[in-house]
Amino acid sequence: MTCTEFLAQLDDMLDQDAAIPLRADLEEHLRSCEHCEITLNTTRKTIEIYRSHEIYALPDDLRERLQQAILAKCRKC
Amino acid sequence: MAAYEKLVRQYDRQVFRIAQHIVQNREDAEDVVQDAFLKAYEKLDQFQGNSKFYTWLVRIAVNESLMRLRKRRTGRMVSIDEDVTTEEGSMPRDLADWSPDPEALYGQSEMGDILRKTIQGLPPGFRVVFVLRDVEGLSTEETAETLGLSIPAVKSRLLRARLQLRERLSRYFKRGEPKQAQGGAK
Repeated sequence: MTCTEFLAQLDDMLDQDAAIPLRADLEEHLRSCEHCEITLNTTRKTIEIYRSHEIYALPDDLRERLQQAILAKCRKC
Repeated sequence: MAAYEKLVRQYDRQVFRIAQHIVQNREDAEDVVQDAFLKAYEKLDQFQGNSKFYTWLVRIAVNESLMRLRKRRTGRMVSIDEDVTTEEGSMPRDLADWSPDPEALYGQSEMGDILRKTIQGLPPGFRVVFVLRDVEGLSTEETAETLGLSIPAVKSRLLRARLQLRERLSRYFKRGEPKQAQGGAK
């Protein structure tokens, strides 16, 4: 398996979707290719970091104001 | 109305987050949240139970967000197909390994700036797929349905979005960093 072929299956590895025979090939490639191992691990970490950090939080006061405005408009429909 | 109020309270944070990711402007995101919930309420009779209410609502919010972007850019068309032909991200270049605990390298506020600045640099067509799929946790099928894209198109954009973000974050997280987060992200 080449690095390009591995990369084409990267999403399946990240999503744990790869069928078992294919997964064995991918894992064998990983054991011998440090670059692909780093790519897999750091891409996985990228997703984890974005999932765990609330970068656009909705503050409570704004949330309350928006909810009131939405419901007032809906009542007028 | 009480039932709809419950739906507003259940999904307002997610809709705000998605809108802010697309429009990248807080005032516009507030308007999108209001308009999306109002439009959904007006069209409730058109909602078909074969998709989840949340997926349907997100589709409305994404369309409202893209309309806002278009208005702000004085009529220039903005669609989720914009800038997706770039070759960037199709093959990793920076292959340096990251620090074992990159989140410990920066304070909470600085990390927020880095993450915002990095994701804002993605083309809208990649950004929205990454946000729906990886941040909001929609399935590939739901993301495709929400955006009106094919499943292979979602998969292709998701891969490239992930690789581009990874590459850009490597500047901050590779071994031997931290590096100053430059510029103020909105």
